[in-house]
Amino acid sequence: MEMPAPNPEVLAKKARVVAQLQDVLPRSAVIFEESETRAYECDALTAYRCPPLAAVLPSSTQEVAAVLKVCHAEGVPVVPRGAGTSLAGGAMPTADSVILGVARMTEVLEADYANRTIRVQTGRTNLSVSGAVEEEGFFYAPDPSSQLACAIAGNIAMNSGGAHCLKYGVTTNNLMGVTMVTMEGEIVEIGGAYLDASGLDLLGVICGSEGQLGVVTEATLRILHKPEGARPVLMGFDSNEVAGECVSDIIKSGILPVAIEFMDRPCIRATEAFAGAGYPDCEALLIVEVEGSEEEIAAQLERILAIARTHNPVELRESRSADESARIWLGRKSAFGAMGQINDYMCLDGTIPVSQLPYVLRRIGELSKEYGLDVGNVFHAGDGNMHPLILFDANKPGDLEKCEAFGADILRLCVEVGGCLTGEHGVGIEKRDLMVDQYAPADLDIQMAVKDVFDPKWLLNPAKVFPLASSETRRMAVA
Amino acid sequence: MMRPKSEAELADMVAGATAALRIQGGGTRDIGAPVAGAVLSTGGLSGVSLYEPGALTLVAGAGTPVAEIEATLASEKQRLAFEPMDHRGLLGGDGVSTIGGVVAANVSGPRRIQVGACRDSLLGVRFVDGAGRALKNGGRVMKNVTGYDLVKLMAGSWGTLGVLSEVSLKVQAMPEAVGCVLVHGLSEVDAVSAMSAALGSPYDVSGAAHAPVGADGHPVTMIRIEGLEASVAYRAAKLTDVLSSFGGEVSVERDPDRVAAGWTWVRDVAVMHNTVGDVWRFSVKPSEASGVVANLRAAQPDLVVLYDWGGGLVWVKMPEGVDARQVDFHGHATLVRGSEATRKSLAVFQPEPAPLAALSNGLRAQFDPRGILNPGLMG
Repeated sequence: MEMPAPNPEVLAKKARVVAQLQDVLPRSAVIFEESETRAYECDALTAYRCPPLAAVLPSSTQEVAAVLKVCHAEGVPVVPRGAGTSLAGGAMPTADSVILGVARMTEVLEADYANRTIRVQTGRTNLSVSGAVEEEGFFYAPDPSSQLACAIAGNIAMNSGGAHCLKYGVTTNNLMGVTMVTMEGEIVEIGGAYLDASGLDLLGVICGSEGQLGVVTEATLRILHKPEGARPVLMGFDSNEVAGECVSDIIKSGILPVAIEFMDRPCIRATEAFAGAGYPDCEALLIVEVEGSEEEIAAQLERILAIARTHNPVELRESRSADESARIWLGRKSAFGAMGQINDYMCLDGTIPVSQLPYVLRRIGELSKEYGLDVGNVFHAGDGNMHPLILFDANKPGDLEKCEAFGADILRLCVEVGGCLTGEHGVGIEKRDLMVDQYAPADLDIQMAVKDVFDPKWLLNPAKVFPLASSETRRMAVA
Repeated sequence: MMRPKSEAELADMVAGATAALRIQGGGTRDIGAPVAGAVLSTGGLSGVSLYEPGALTLVAGAGTPVAEIEATLASEKQRLAFEPMDHRGLLGGDGVSTIGGVVAANVSGPRRIQVGACRDSLLGVRFVDGAGRALKNGGRVMKNVTGYDLVKLMAGSWGTLGVLSEVSLKVQAMPEAVGCVLVHGLSEVDAVSAMSAALGSPYDVSGAAHAPVGADGHPVTMIRIEGLEASVAYRAAKLTDVLSSFGGEVSVERDPDRVAAGWTWVRDVAVMHNTVGDVWRFSVKPSEASGVVANLRAAQPDLVVLYDWGGGLVWVKMPEGVDARQVDFHGHATLVRGSEATRKSLAVFQPEPAPLAALSNGLRAQFDPRGILNPGLMG
């Protein structure tokens, strides 16, 4: 993965920059020794590593502003970091950058049940936002699978999704306001505990901008009362086509399941060998979950099962207890671990129109043979967000590169059938160079023009999202 | 009037423009500071180009009539989830509303509290920027974080960043059953508390409105539920329990036509149709709603008021030319209906704090460097 060469002038003034950062932060909040900056050399895309110039861990919005003023004045690139769980390299540093981590900013500032909002500092983890309102029966809906570890800051930067967004939407649909610090160090308030923008929807473009427009330090999030209950049903089919048709029919029927998960045969087999969840050995498997009271769940499942029966399932398993529900989810939740047991894997994140599912799975199978690498598919089927897991051997020379080429082919296929490169992980460095497959030069230019407005010097997370060649003139103009 | 028939023609017209353009869909939402300029209509960019009911996705030209889209969706028992308001009754127009106009104004209705605004259903856009470049962002799939989300930025930008040529929307299945729990005779303070209790329950409320003067002349609070028959019956009973403690008489309406008529009345702010006076739309923190109204009323006793979104949206009819923003509140107020003179003298959109105004102006300068797209409409 190509990254821009570090700016030698910045490297040369490390001591001066560190001293200024130490002037505005407590000693313990500035990390600059090489033995310690190594902790920030990568995020969850571990194939690529580079220790930063320094890392800072401010405790307040004011401290974040002070850091950004220093870096802005010195022309030092800043890479914002939540919990470092990005699978796309969104928080990967360059050698001339300062990592700005919000991990020490974890406070709940206000939980307002009457207005159904919570205000938090963005270093707080996703799951602990729900944890803070759980006793009152509320929760925060977006649930990325890393929710135990990932921070709200990163969720906002990547517009994270999760298994339940079919019903509740992704981060952008649940974000009402932010406190953001611009690269110049100015603190701005956007939105709040009320709906919609007064003018242009700045919040809408900030969410998902991968930390390139500002550093979000506080957020007002929508919270909801928990449903009374939830129950899954498992269905097995002897072809991907039929499973895909069943998904379509459920969606068309007017029932809105909270999740529809799909696994293909390679994934089912790997999972069975690993977790022994008792899944049927079939071509395709669906897990459909609905919510409500006992009566409501029963009424919805009755409809869903009736639809499933018209597609001649090889297996229909309705949960009758919490234990059975847990068993149905066990395999799905162990899918990544199961694949990891077999080998190293790369997890992709393209989205396709649901109608293209059978074709795309067939093509992935063909590509798998061409590349000689196995792939299993786990899939948020309701919204078309695929997670193909490509197996490779990191210790075998050339295997990673082959895997990346295979992954790129799959993502191009997603775009070709009307979908996109990434549904919930973000572009980061991982998919940066594929952006030209989805967008024409002018489409990328207008996005970069937005960054020109928020960060004219292109100092915030500069080498991400856009192909280096596309952003080069902008990055160089101000270097 | 310029009326391009294709995106390419639209791009040529914008590129060739030498003076300000007034961008129009069906012309049913004459909101904003008056714009002097030649009318550029998107009415010729009409037609549904893709509809996949099984994927809940529809793609249409910006000039497609909303009525045509609704009919297309209804044939598959689907609908636009965000329930866009029809402004014609309130503003007195008689044009044909277009989907591009709905998106450009980010128009939503009562269901906004459950499913989000128009911007939350918008999956992708094609548009022509002020330099005449045909551009796209987003796509036709429900989960997409590929690059910056200009889709949200275009929704509610009132044609000031670009002229929409095509929009792609997530749609929703129509529910099998509907119900409305009505609470009669509540004060505005109690009504907001009652709506808050309903919205804070697990019963998946899809509408929460309060009319201090309902269609029958008395205060009424309305809580809507939609879904399978078994669900609606169950939740109507549960919500009746929740709402009984607020002091008003509680009843349940289950006739679908009457429920629909009641919510269209709320959605289109029918209580202010065929009246004289300025109409303001407040987006506020719900718990502050009745306080905002009380403060306004202290100076102007004869207000007409309608609460939607559980109190988060307040419609207020004021005497002409009076600035409704003199009260303190968290949120924003828009002058939706007012004379041209008032719309020139009072800011139609909430003035932004300086740093945000700088960002907004910076974006406009990038998207429309010559300042020809609805210049000044948003202030």
